[in-house]
Amino acid sequence: MPEREQKKKAAPKERVEEDVEVAAPAKQGEKLKEELDDLLDEIDSVLEDNAEEFVRNYVQKGGQ
Amino acid sequence: MAVPKVCGIETEYGVTLRGAAESNPVLASSMLINAYVEHRKVGWDFDDESPGRDARGFAREGSAPPEVETHLVNTVLTNGARYYVDHAHPEYSTPECADALELVRADKAGERVLARSMQAARRLLEPGQDILVHKNNSDGKGNSYGTHENYLVDRALPFAGLVRYMLPWFVTRQVFTGAGKISSENGAEPVDYQISSRADFFEEEVGLETTLKRPIVNTRDEPHADPQKYRRLHVIAGDANLCEVATFLKVGTTAIVLAMVEDDFIDKDLGIVGPVSAMRTVSHDPTCRATVELVEGGRATAIEVQWEFLRLANKYADETGLEHCGGEDVGTDVLRHWEAALTALERDPMTLDGRLDWVTKLALLDAYRARDGLAWSDPKLALLDLQYHDVRPGSSLYERLVAAGKIERLVTEESVIEAMTEPPGSTRAYFRGTCLARWPEAVVAANWDSLILDVGTEPLRRIPMMDPLKGTRAYVEPLFAECSTPAELVARLAS
Repeated sequence: MPEREQKKKAAPKERVEEDVEVAAPAKQGEKLKEELDDLLDEIDSVLEDNAEEFVRNYVQKGGQ
Repeated sequence: MAVPKVCGIETEYGVTLRGAAESNPVLASSMLINAYVEHRKVGWDFDDESPGRDARGFAREGSAPPEVETHLVNTVLTNGARYYVDHAHPEYSTPECADALELVRADKAGERVLARSMQAARRLLEPGQDILVHKNNSDGKGNSYGTHENYLVDRALPFAGLVRYMLPWFVTRQVFTGAGKISSENGAEPVDYQISSRADFFEEEVGLETTLKRPIVNTRDEPHADPQKYRRLHVIAGDANLCEVATFLKVGTTAIVLAMVEDDFIDKDLGIVGPVSAMRTVSHDPTCRATVELVEGGRATAIEVQWEFLRLANKYADETGLEHCGGEDVGTDVLRHWEAALTALERDPMTLDGRLDWVTKLALLDAYRARDGLAWSDPKLALLDLQYHDVRPGSSLYERLVAAGKIERLVTEESVIEAMTEPPGSTRAYFRGTCLARWPEAVVAANWDSLILDVGTEPLRRIPMMDPLKGTRAYVEPLFAECSTPAELVARLAS
């Protein structure tokens, strides 16, 4: 990425900004992961108790 | 010539009576419907039912037309829907709708009707019993049940012309209509996860059957309308969708393609060699990169074939307009969603999380696999796959995702609740539903294309409704305003 290197050399101020930009998505990613973890925990709490038994007993009559 | 694409969706829901010595699905289905319809039930009139009639003008030897089960619970709702027991499943047929957005609402209202039925049925159950309902299409053990779409089609169109384009259409539209499924069934090649829950069950290209040796294009010729003017394309190659965007795309795009076929607008052979195996090839590849062989030569991905259909659809919209495809507004919105979906599928299908069911479910399963290190064979994943489709608001994983703001909605919940009781204004469902709401005692029986009224004097009056676009709010609201009894209505209609 020669273009980016050049940018870094020429404008150190911009590089700082770049760092901030990189840090923001990381933080956002963390937040998203936390949200996802919370969601999975919530789903855990409504899942049928015995997965194996529930899935085994789920039998339907064929339809159209 | 293209006729307005009046459309509807019929869904056979999965049903389980839990806590009973034996799960009797017919009994459980009947309980749901009876519990929901507390007031006097209006019967279904079977006079015009002929599911064994073949659109090709003949019945193949050894083919088995489905039996009409007249003894089972069967009723009509004030929103114009039919709610009944079919093949050991509760089935909800939406009222006829004039566009894809209206049908998204009507289909979602069906889910709410089932949820309320479950709640109402509890008082009929013994302690420790529970009825579970899933809006899905297979039990993961080789038993499948359908979600069918219906579209009004011009009778003048030869059926073979329809088949030619509908085969590649149904094979390739799976990339956005699929509801997703872990593993494979019905003797299909093993796979971890596939796009469609129904693809494994199609064994023929064209045919009359719906319960075995299912064909990609079903030939049932039962228009439920004037048979001189119309056909009804009965689509059995589709999944039960929960995502509103998926239903919107499924119905909206199919309506446009049908209109193009009617207007003989498609100038290219889009045929696929071996559509039955191509159905599985497309479904079995969640990367959407698998190719199928084209009749014209060469190979293409389902997305590439879809781009061709979309290119033609854009041209059709420019040259002919989309008035017959649910109107310009909805039609244009369909084209926009269609293009966005194909673009995203091509780049990274997972970006459609929250818009397409197969992607949304896969994202959920992937999150669990990452967190808990689960193998694809783990029963917990199979449970997640099932419970995504659970219709109970508290237990439905799809509804959990909605509550978490992860799902794109196209209609408001208020309008969905309203559609549980109010018919769409744009079709004859308005006449059916309004008669039923106003004079429940007088409606003896109903069918898609007629109503039988008891006006207090012999004989019973049969009101034919052979055109799905008559009996709309615009047509009959003034009439209803002027009539205070069903006898007056019948007299006015006769004059």
